[in-house]
Amino acid sequence: MIDEVLRATGEHILIVVIAVGVAIIAGIPLGIWCARNLRAGRVALRIIDAIQTIPSLALFGFLIPVPLIGGIGMRTAIVALILYSLLPIVRNTLTGIRGVDPIVIDAGVAMGFTPRQLLREVELPLAMPTIVAGIRIATVVGIGVATIAAAIGGGGLGTLIFRGVSMVDSRLILAGALPAAALALVADVVLSFVERRLVKG
Amino acid sequence: MPSSVDFRSVSVEPILHDINLQIRAGEAVAFVGRSGAGKTTTLRLVNGLARPTAGEVLVDDVGLSKTDLIALRRRTGYIIQGSGLFPHRTVYQNVATVPRLLEWTDAQIRPAAEEIMGKLDLPLARFGDRYPRSLSGGEQQRVGIARAMIAKPSILLCDEPFGALDPIVRRDLQDAFRVLRSGVTILFVTHDLAEAMRVAERIVLFEGGRTVADSSAATFTKQPLPLVQRLVAAASLPA
Repeated sequence: MIDEVLRATGEHILIVVIAVGVAIIAGIPLGIWCARNLRAGRVALRIIDAIQTIPSLALFGFLIPVPLIGGIGMRTAIVALILYSLLPIVRNTLTGIRGVDPIVIDAGVAMGFTPRQLLREVELPLAMPTIVAGIRIATVVGIGVATIAAAIGGGGLGTLIFRGVSMVDSRLILAGALPAAALALVADVVLSFVERRLVKG
Repeated sequence: MPSSVDFRSVSVEPILHDINLQIRAGEAVAFVGRSGAGKTTTLRLVNGLARPTAGEVLVDDVGLSKTDLIALRRRTGYIIQGSGLFPHRTVYQNVATVPRLLEWTDAQIRPAAEEIMGKLDLPLARFGDRYPRSLSGGEQQRVGIARAMIAKPSILLCDEPFGALDPIVRRDLQDAFRVLRSGVTILFVTHDLAEAMRVAERIVLFEGGRTVADSSAATFTKQPLPLVQRLVAAASLPA
C-alpha cells in the first residue's frame, strides 16, 4: 500500500512538473509577446481563457480522439494540463510587465538600455513576483486537475481515488486524496515564499 | 566635453510647432511655461524619446536621424520628477547603471560613484547598499542626479526634477545642482521661474507649442511680454 501511494505520488508530481515546466517555457515568451502587441495579445489571451473555461473532464474527452497528442494515458493528461497551466502564466507575465512603472521604463530607455537589456534587467525582474504568482496558481490548479487525469488512464494519485470510489473503500480514497491535498498545500506555501522573496527593496 | 544642441524648424504635431533654438556647448538653458506648452516634448527630442514630425534636431552638428541613439543616450544624463530609480536595485547599482552599459570595470565604477555621491552629500558607505524605497524623496532625487552624472555626460536633460519636493529640500538640491553644472550642456524644464533663474543662465519661454521669449536669465524678467510679467508675478522672486 505505502509503495503504491509513493509511486502514485511520484507519478503525480512528474505529470505536474512536466506540464507546468512546458507551460512556463511557452507561457513566459507568449506573455511577453502579448505585452508588446497588446491588441493581438488580448485575442491570444481570450483564446487561452476559453480553453480554461472548459471543464477538465470535458477537455480530457476532447483530447482523446486527437491524433498524436490524444489517446488514453499520461500523454493526454500532460497535454491537457499544459493548456490549463498556460493561462495564469501568460496572463501574469502580461500583467507583470505592463505593471512596471512607466517612469522607470522611461529612465531605462533614456539611459541607453537596448530593448533586450531593458527586458532582461528591468522589466522581467520587476514582473517576476507576479509571474511566480502565475506559476503558483498553475501548479496548484495543475495538482488538482491531475487527480482527474486518472479517469483517462493518466496515472497519479487520482488512480487510487477512483479505484477507492468504485470499491467503496474509504481508506483507498484517502490514500489518494490526502497526498494530493498535501502536495497542493506544500506547492502553495513554497511558491508563495519564493514570490515574497522576489519582492526587493 | 559638452555638446551643442540645435533645433531646426522642429515640429511634433500636434504639440510643437516650428521650434528654432541654438544651444551652445556648455550652456545651461531653462525651459519655462505652463503645463502642456511643449517644454517636455522639446526636451525629449534631444535623446530621441520624442521624434520630430518635421525639421531636425542636431547634437554637435549631427542630425539625430543619422545618430546611434543608444550611444547618444549613454552620454546624455536624464533626470526626471519622481527620479525613476530602479526599485529592485540598490543605490550603488542604480548609480552604476550607465557605467555598466558602457562596460567600465568595477575598479573604474567605484571611485567614480564615490566621487559623484560625495558631491551630492550621499556617502557611498552609508547609502550604497540601500534600496530606493528606504530613502526620502530628496535623497532619491540626489541618487537620480548621481546616476545621471556619473559617466560625465555631455548633455544633461532635466524634466521638473525637483517638482515633487518640499521647498527646503528643493532649495538644497538646486544648490547641489549648481555645483555640478560645469562641463555639461544643461536643458532644464521647470514651471518655477525662480528655479529657472537659479539653475540656468538662459531662459526660453514656451506657450502653445512655440517659443515666445528667449533671453539671458538676468534680463528675462525685464521683458514687457504680458506672459512674462504674469510669470514674474506668480513666482514671488527675491527683489
